[in-house]
Amino acid sequence: MPVDKDVAPVIEMRGITIQFPGVKALDAVDFTLRRGEVHSLMGENGAGKSTLIKALTGVYAIDSGSITVGGEPRTFHTTADAQAAGISTVYQEVNLCTNLSVGENVMLGHEVRRAGAIDWRATHREAARHLEALGVNLDTRTGLFSHSIAIQQLIAISRAMVTDSTVLILDEPTSSLDRSEVEQLFGVIRELRDRGVAILFVSHFLDQVYEISDRITVLRNGKLVGEYEAAKLPRNELISSMIGRQLEDLAELSSSAAREIDRSSAPVLKASGLGKKGVLEPADLEVYEGEVVGIAGLLGSGRTELVRLMYGADRSDSGRLEVHGKPARITTPRHAIDRRIAFSSEDRRAEGIVGDLSVAENIVLGIQARRGWLRRVKRSESDSIVAEYIDALGVRPADPDRPVRNLSGGNQQKVLLARWLATAPELIILDEPTRGIDVGAKADIQRKVAELSAKGLSVIFISSEIEEVIRLAQRITVMRDRRKIGELESNGLHVDDVIDYIANEGQENVA
Amino acid sequence: MKNIVKHRVFWPAVALVALLMLNAIARPSFLSITVQDGELYGSLISLLRNSAPLMLVALGMTIVIATRGIDLSVGAVMAVSGAVALTIIADSPTPEAPGTIATAVAVAVVVTLIAGAWNGFLVAVLGIQPIIATLVLMLAGRGIALLITNGEITTVNSAPYKFMSQGYLLGFPFAFFVSIAAIVIVVLVQRRTALGMLTEAVGINPEASRLAGVRSRGIIWGAYAASGLLAGFAGILYSSNIMAADSNAAGNLIELDAILAVVLGGTSLMGGKFSIAGTVIGVFTIQTLKSTIVFLGVPSPVTPVFMAAVVIVVVAVQSPLLRRTALRAVGSIRGSNSNTTEVAK
Repeated sequence: MPVDKDVAPVIEMRGITIQFPGVKALDAVDFTLRRGEVHSLMGENGAGKSTLIKALTGVYAIDSGSITVGGEPRTFHTTADAQAAGISTVYQEVNLCTNLSVGENVMLGHEVRRAGAIDWRATHREAARHLEALGVNLDTRTGLFSHSIAIQQLIAISRAMVTDSTVLILDEPTSSLDRSEVEQLFGVIRELRDRGVAILFVSHFLDQVYEISDRITVLRNGKLVGEYEAAKLPRNELISSMIGRQLEDLAELSSSAAREIDRSSAPVLKASGLGKKGVLEPADLEVYEGEVVGIAGLLGSGRTELVRLMYGADRSDSGRLEVHGKPARITTPRHAIDRRIAFSSEDRRAEGIVGDLSVAENIVLGIQARRGWLRRVKRSESDSIVAEYIDALGVRPADPDRPVRNLSGGNQQKVLLARWLATAPELIILDEPTRGIDVGAKADIQRKVAELSAKGLSVIFISSEIEEVIRLAQRITVMRDRRKIGELESNGLHVDDVIDYIANEGQENVA
Repeated sequence: MKNIVKHRVFWPAVALVALLMLNAIARPSFLSITVQDGELYGSLISLLRNSAPLMLVALGMTIVIATRGIDLSVGAVMAVSGAVALTIIADSPTPEAPGTIATAVAVAVVVTLIAGAWNGFLVAVLGIQPIIATLVLMLAGRGIALLITNGEITTVNSAPYKFMSQGYLLGFPFAFFVSIAAIVIVVLVQRRTALGMLTEAVGINPEASRLAGVRSRGIIWGAYAASGLLAGFAGILYSSNIMAADSNAAGNLIELDAILAVVLGGTSLMGGKFSIAGTVIGVFTIQTLKSTIVFLGVPSPVTPVFMAAVVIVVVAVQSPLLRRTALRAVGSIRGSNSNTTEVAK
């Protein structure tokens, strides 16, 4: 849909400044959102995207500047004020009540009432109507928890539509969706756009941004870089405007995939027939010294489940593990750690960082857990380890005493990487280490993985971005529908080859 | 200056100082300390002495709460401890002998250590919710204590036993030294080793801690065992004070005072970061409050109401939200002078 210059803006933010202790999170930023457009907000972590969204949704009060909604100046004190003005938000982590039914979630706070009591039948009918408007047909009396994240995302959007929102903010809605789910979501977004809803979209996936956006606004370090029409903005220009430096770093890594791996000695870790009923069909996987093994597959393909079984995070009910050729019993994370295996979970917040502890404590936690509580890592030792990794990985802000929860996602991921690298593992399993983080941090992490594997560290690397897996790994295990469907050598491999393989291979294997 | 205000025990300390000052203004004798035979006497000295049992219990509670748990059984465990100790002394032919006292105390605290370990087993190994797991012993403990004393209030005469809560050392009450020792030991064990940090990690994010290789089961188990042990010593002090094992009155409702002391000290019931200094301040706050109530002659039936009112004020002072609102109100009264707001940390 072409952008109509004459369309009056639904939202005009002018000169928005938000000051946090010691830092200007937003510095005189302008932002305009028009009726019937999809407008992407781009920027590295710490650029001010979330702050701008929070200013628009009433979470933060602005220190100066003005917000106009539909021509009327507004001041939001609470999120309810913003909602009353027709602004709805769907967050990265779906904020619905998993214990309630679909219908209850859609209509929460807007239940149909009759004589003071809730008319559940009418409420569910209304919910179904809103869902159908988005092309979702399901029984609204089923529990929310029984639906995939993608469906929950759509339910969250229809919930926003119940309140007749004119502005819909989608903050990283696609980060946990697979390809077909993203298509379904985009169909809904286009439908809403054509109905005149103004959509603010935030995503780290460049492809998706270009696919869906009419316009792009770029922020950097709390300042506005510019507003562009998506069709007229070349990719490399967008990226360089986001990070403010030329991005050649990613390209130079491509050689690492071609490195020869010595597979004559026993693998560092070998799984044979490792599986768990209802979770993962028995699968084999082996990693040799200095090798990066990639796992490609969509979300829910069993890739996370496989590595969790290998690490002892979950218990397998079939199969064997061997470490350096010797049978190993790994049923708890401790067993894996004792064999110098490290695992960084895909769920950074719930299973990775310890939010209230400082950056330094989070980094030292791995070593400390290994040593036990009696042998405390001395302050001087801790200081030097922490300083070393903050420097090596470029953790920002480089303040070891800051609570880790105050860091951006990319920097939290670097802290987790530091935690594990500090324990000097022989094998590190990285599950989606680059998801939802900015381009700069992504490049830093990829570079570190390539560098360490060249020095002999074995790595299992899981990522939704197939390009990234091909670039880093020498060998790629492909998974689909909770089973391993094959293995590919990554040298000379193209993204489309892997996609074709996921799509077609293994079909024949189905008995 | 800003750093002092930001320190986590700043507001708890403000609340305590304010309460002490109110007392000092209302009754000047509150601050006076007299020396008699080289021993110090006065309201403040009594405060140090009487706060000892609550101090021990609250220290243990702090560690348990840091793991996201709670220990409701501490009062009942105190009763068990007193019952065991006094029964041994009463049955002994030599109730005045230091050896007898040492045996009685040792057996009593070993029993309460086991009681704490039982709580820890239920929580850490069986995965029972802490409030339910410790409720078991909270209910059963007093019954066990009554079983030990045959349903009677066992009384004894033993000078060394009496000394523990009523004696003096170097001019100060002996019980105060017990408090100090407990504080020092807990601080050393938690902060000189990595136990404190690991406990906080487990309390903040159990799953992340497990995946990082922290032995969270042992840490949680240990926290409840420590709480049981400290409650055991508190039970000794309590029974030494009245020289009787009163299984119904010993430590009655002390679990609530202890939880309150921990919260007043700025440690969240959500677990995670804990502050021993904060808990110490919290204990003194509660003890001061109790002595204030006695002084003001608040009739005992309405004491809880008075107590609750003061607690609300104290907690409100510590609420960041309320403080911000209050500051904003003050700021808007002051007028347009908004550029003076400090930005630096």
